[in-house]
Amino acid sequence: MKNLDAAFSALADPTRRAILARLALGEATVTELVEPFDLTQPAISRHLKVLEGAGLIVRRIEGTKRPCRLAPAAVTEIDQWLGMLRKALSANYNRLDDVLAGMKTEE
Amino acid sequence: MSKMTLKTEGDRHVVVTRRFAAPPEAVYRAHTEPSLIQKWLLGPDGWTMPVCINEARPGGKIRYEWTNGEGGGFYVTGEYLELVPFSRLVHVERMHMPDATPDNHVETTFAPDGDGTLMTMRMTLPDAATRAAMLSTGMEHGMEASYARLETTLKSSAALNH
Repeated sequence: MKNLDAAFSALADPTRRAILARLALGEATVTELVEPFDLTQPAISRHLKVLEGAGLIVRRIEGTKRPCRLAPAAVTEIDQWLGMLRKALSANYNRLDDVLAGMKTEE
Repeated sequence: MSKMTLKTEGDRHVVVTRRFAAPPEAVYRAHTEPSLIQKWLLGPDGWTMPVCINEARPGGKIRYEWTNGEGGGFYVTGEYLELVPFSRLVHVERMHMPDATPDNHVETTFAPDGDGTLMTMRMTLPDAATRAAMLSTGMEHGMEASYARLETTLKSSAALNH
């Protein structure tokens, strides 16, 4: 991680979080990112620059293309999103257990 | 007790399973009767659902509004496509934060499992990018806690690097 502040501001933007989540599925070029996100190529490039500066993605050179993939720090972050979703759903279902127990008592 | 599983499947699906110690009829009712839904479908501590509309019939409307009591809130709208009491629910839903997200197609099944129920919820998003966006923006209201955790993670990884 290059810079803590850079990582925070990079992750504060929902589009950049979505780009990271897309890259979790595998490497992608700017062109491949333009379509699903409905943004212009320069807009995507700006987001990628921020993510790269924050050490969340790495890019390699392949001819004229510069495909990007997740850096290990971003992989950790995405695992945490899934972890949080799991936690929020678990909390709901634990409450549902209580609701169901209550329904049983009423019968 | 970790009875829940959550996994991504292919490019467009998220699948959640959970066992309950109650018959399918009770679990189904807890998913379709507003007074029951409001007791559990709440997310993080401190959130409530003041508005809960759930018209459990084909074409029926769904509207859930959540608030944290501190000015934070968002809502979900949806429509039922198919209902088979007490075994299967199919609906579409979208989150409004405030812009609407693309439709999430959700099939929920309730299968007898011993003297309890195995619930399987299969979400289908329009494409991989939408699923990715859902997984990340669905976390919006938990972001503060996330940042606190991230900070800890980053601090420890920074410590390792130096």
